[in-house]
Amino acid sequence: MTESSSNKLLNGDACQRSSKDKKSGKNGFVKNHCLFQQPQKYRRPREKNHNVVRNPSLYNKPFVESYEETPLLVAVLTYMGYGILTIFGYLRDFMRHWNIEKCSVARERDEQKDFVPLYQDFENFYTRNLYTRIRDNWNRPLCGVPGSKMDIVEQVSHDYNRTFQNTGKIMRDVINMGSYNYLGFAENVGQCADAAIQVTEKYGSGVCGTRCEMGNLDIHQEMEELVARFLGVESALTFGMGFATNSMNIPALAGKGCLILSDELNHASLVLGARLSGSTIRVFKHNNMVSLEKLLRDAIVHGQPRTHRPWKKLLIVVEGIYSMEGSIVRLPEVIALKKRYKAFLYLDEAHSIGALGPNGKGVVDYFGLDPKDVDIMMGTFTKSFGAAGGYIGGKRELIQYLRSHSHSAVYATSMPPPVAQQIITSMTTIMGEDGTSLGADRLRQLSENTTYFRRKLREMGFIIYGNDDSPVVPMMLYMPAKIGAFGREMLKRNIGTVVVGFPATPIIESRARFCVSAAHTRETLDVVRGVRGVSGPLVRPLCSTPLFNTPFTRGIGAP
Amino acid sequence: KLCICCICLGLYNNKNRKEKRKTKMASGQQWVLVEMVQAFYEAPAYHLILEGILILWIIRLLFSKTYKLQETNKLTEKEKEELIEEWQPDPLVPLVSKDHPSLSYDIVTGPPSHKIIINGKECINFASFNFLGLLDNDRVKQKALTSLKTYGVGTCGPRGFYGTFDVHLELESRLAKFMKTEEAIIYSYGFATIASAIPAYSKRGDIVFVDEAACFSIQKGLQASRSVIKYFKHNDMEDLDRLLKEQQLEDHKNPRKAKVTRRFIVVEGLYMNTADICPLPELVKMKYKYKVRIFLEESLSFGVLGEHGRGVTEHFGVNIDDIDLISANMENAIASIGGFCCGRSFVIDHQRLSGQGYCFSASLPPMLAAAAIEALDIMEEDPDIFTVLREKCTSVYHALQGTSGLKLVGVPLSPSLHLQLERSSGSRDTDQRTLRRIVDYVSLREVALTIARYLEKEERYLPPPTIRVLVTVEQTDEEIQKAVSCIKEAALAVIS
Repeated sequence: MTESSSNKLLNGDACQRSSKDKKSGKNGFVKNHCLFQQPQKYRRPREKNHNVVRNPSLYNKPFVESYEETPLLVAVLTYMGYGILTIFGYLRDFMRHWNIEKCSVARERDEQKDFVPLYQDFENFYTRNLYTRIRDNWNRPLCGVPGSKMDIVEQVSHDYNRTFQNTGKIMRDVINMGSYNYLGFAENVGQCADAAIQVTEKYGSGVCGTRCEMGNLDIHQEMEELVARFLGVESALTFGMGFATNSMNIPALAGKGCLILSDELNHASLVLGARLSGSTIRVFKHNNMVSLEKLLRDAIVHGQPRTHRPWKKLLIVVEGIYSMEGSIVRLPEVIALKKRYKAFLYLDEAHSIGALGPNGKGVVDYFGLDPKDVDIMMGTFTKSFGAAGGYIGGKRELIQYLRSHSHSAVYATSMPPPVAQQIITSMTTIMGEDGTSLGADRLRQLSENTTYFRRKLREMGFIIYGNDDSPVVPMMLYMPAKIGAFGREMLKRNIGTVVVGFPATPIIESRARFCVSAAHTRETLDVVRGVRGVSGPLVRPLCSTPLFNTPFTRGIGAP
Repeated sequence: KLCICCICLGLYNNKNRKEKRKTKMASGQQWVLVEMVQAFYEAPAYHLILEGILILWIIRLLFSKTYKLQETNKLTEKEKEELIEEWQPDPLVPLVSKDHPSLSYDIVTGPPSHKIIINGKECINFASFNFLGLLDNDRVKQKALTSLKTYGVGTCGPRGFYGTFDVHLELESRLAKFMKTEEAIIYSYGFATIASAIPAYSKRGDIVFVDEAACFSIQKGLQASRSVIKYFKHNDMEDLDRLLKEQQLEDHKNPRKAKVTRRFIVVEGLYMNTADICPLPELVKMKYKYKVRIFLEESLSFGVLGEHGRGVTEHFGVNIDDIDLISANMENAIASIGGFCCGRSFVIDHQRLSGQGYCFSASLPPMLAAAAIEALDIMEEDPDIFTVLREKCTSVYHALQGTSGLKLVGVPLSPSLHLQLERSSGSRDTDQRTLRRIVDYVSLREVALTIARYLEKEERYLPPPTIRVLVTVEQTDEEIQKAVSCIKEAALAVIS
């Protein structure tokens, strides 16, 4: 992908024109009814993301998102890689079975040998034979702040990655491209830390009660008022864990007879929440508005399956930034659809809050929309705010209902005071209410870093996914063998990145992920780039060159 | 349609037979095929065409759909539009009545420790799960502060992606050592611990036997697992035995299925909702008799029961290896945040990739892990603290007996007791209001109590409305005396 973003814009525009011509000629009447057009026939079926829908009038800025199709040769090689790994896996399982290879895996107690096995053999095949080989790339223990640089405890394994021992050495100043520290609030000095220290001295670290009983501290009230003000909503409610915010509140909002329309790449917590709610779940293609609209229309027209009663409610569940793709939700279009079809919108801003928008207020701010158009604003404090927990914001009635019906508000211990204070301080900083421009500086720095880093990687010819403005930067590796090699080589060069493969991604789309932070300086990012150059020939991340394929870029532009 | 098919086939067979008859006279059986081909050549053209058409027709009939429902019933775009216009969804949330108890939280100013300031009034705290008084313990605070100064507050990532800190590993090994198990795993939220642990093992088709008084997080875990759930009566081993026997009969009928159906018993050590202890030794017997695994939720009993606070296994002297998985939260006795599971590595290690609340959630803030380590230190250094707690629990239990109009629910060893109305008015709301009046009356006399709250529609076995009485080691004998006499006075004043 060697063209610059302006080229891609043009490319997108051209694409748009041709598709419109084709559309109206064919069956124009659909256009009168559907907000967005049907997918184009000429598109190749293997495309990852049908990102063609566009409605330029809804966007106030160019919306450039690119996904390069996996080249055929690479796909074949990747499948071969998995094939070889699987064959070796079976071979080693066979050897373990006959005690040729020493089996180091933990075993069932002898007393319980005649119980029904706790795990089926095939369940752990992948873990045993593939994951264990490269397990050292995950769970690397830190021993300091996860800021722009981090200290990692050096570990070594003597039993083929089953257990790890500390070598006693510490790898200092590893450049941190893995933590979700978008605004750089993960700090142990500065005003956030100072305020948190004061609060710990006053309150201690626990709460020992739920919000409904005796765990509703004054600091929680203060925080919720601030969060509501920050989001621009009437009221807000906070929870001690981001994951649980999703999984324990969706069941309070939807139930039997409701339909949840969920993006295919939604986070596990949203999926779990939807499942626990007992509603029917239908999945639309990632960020694909045509697919979403079709589901919405069908849902209203056909009603519930079998009983044919109309649905009680439709709830669209999307994320702001998708953490594995780096894509940004097409919020203007989602809102248009939601209004047209009277659905409700649940927006999970786990990664986007603080990280997007001129004021750091997430994807709503980024598109310049009204937060009141989103029915349920959900987000977490773990990422940009350097704290923990999650929130839900919305109309007063919604929050009142959740206070009395949300699983986590009634049964779970409330947020620890130092964490609440960290949120309060970092949020006031972002809002500029502390009287400084520190927050604004961080936001600017993050956006500059994102643009710079993405541009640099592109220029070097790597395949980068996602939106140009997204601080989550996935770089494609494709082959399973590269996952381990890339992660290790980067660490050797003092850079910590996240590498992910199946099942977190589709099987042939293993990738490395960089999270840009406002704490990074241009120098740290340059180091990353420089070292990437060194490790390039060694690990050889796939470059998008015409040798492999013709780059296929999609993007949409709006005037 | 079938009829036509049959007729066609009949025609076809007739024809074949005719051909065969023609040729059979001349030669033996092995020539039949050759001669059939010959007959094919000899047959007149119209015959072959007719036959071909017939074959094609049969194929068409076989593959076409009987009814074309969609075609006949297809809505026009206009009709669809009308339907879309017409459809009105339910409101996102129903209106909550203004006097719902959850809308007027009590506001606590300052730490909810021994003395607590509720709505501006200082009270003695009988309403926080701070059993060992570690919430504002100076040592714990100092450890948390040191950790805060080293690591900051948040971890900015899940355990897998640079969210593992050396304190997490230390806490895990300390917990394992404390509980005398092989391995422990920590979660960042107490509620999510057992709710994630159950679905990591029990999948669709597996069977879980659960005590019907099990707490809400167990219920959610069971729901997420999509297993077959069989509830037995609270602490009733005969009922459990009956269910297990039924299952055994079922297994005899279908041994192949039984071979792959995992079975679990899920119980709480000290029940959150009923404040009594599970009969663990009997459960262990059942376990080996029927080959069922036991998951034990010890959120209330960990750091409370047993000589060293190891929970209900130590209380009964049950070998901890006989319990497959123990889960507890660190939000009660430990007075930090988060939860943990412990057991054999064979069992626990599986959660590191399959425990959803472990894999997909940000890790526990290091300062809270550090606070938990210090709390464990204190518990190990001074096991007398558990004796003190037991004595206080027993004295509160005995003192509260015979309160007029109120029934005490629980066992003497439990630090979390329930006061329930002796005679219910029949309406849950009225009962709750009566209890609330007692709580308000007591708080005027500087004793803090709270009403136990439940999601009334969602609980599987909804306990009657109760007042929670939580005992901590910090409460002095005089304070207990005072609280008890206040409660008795309030009960007299409010109920009669």
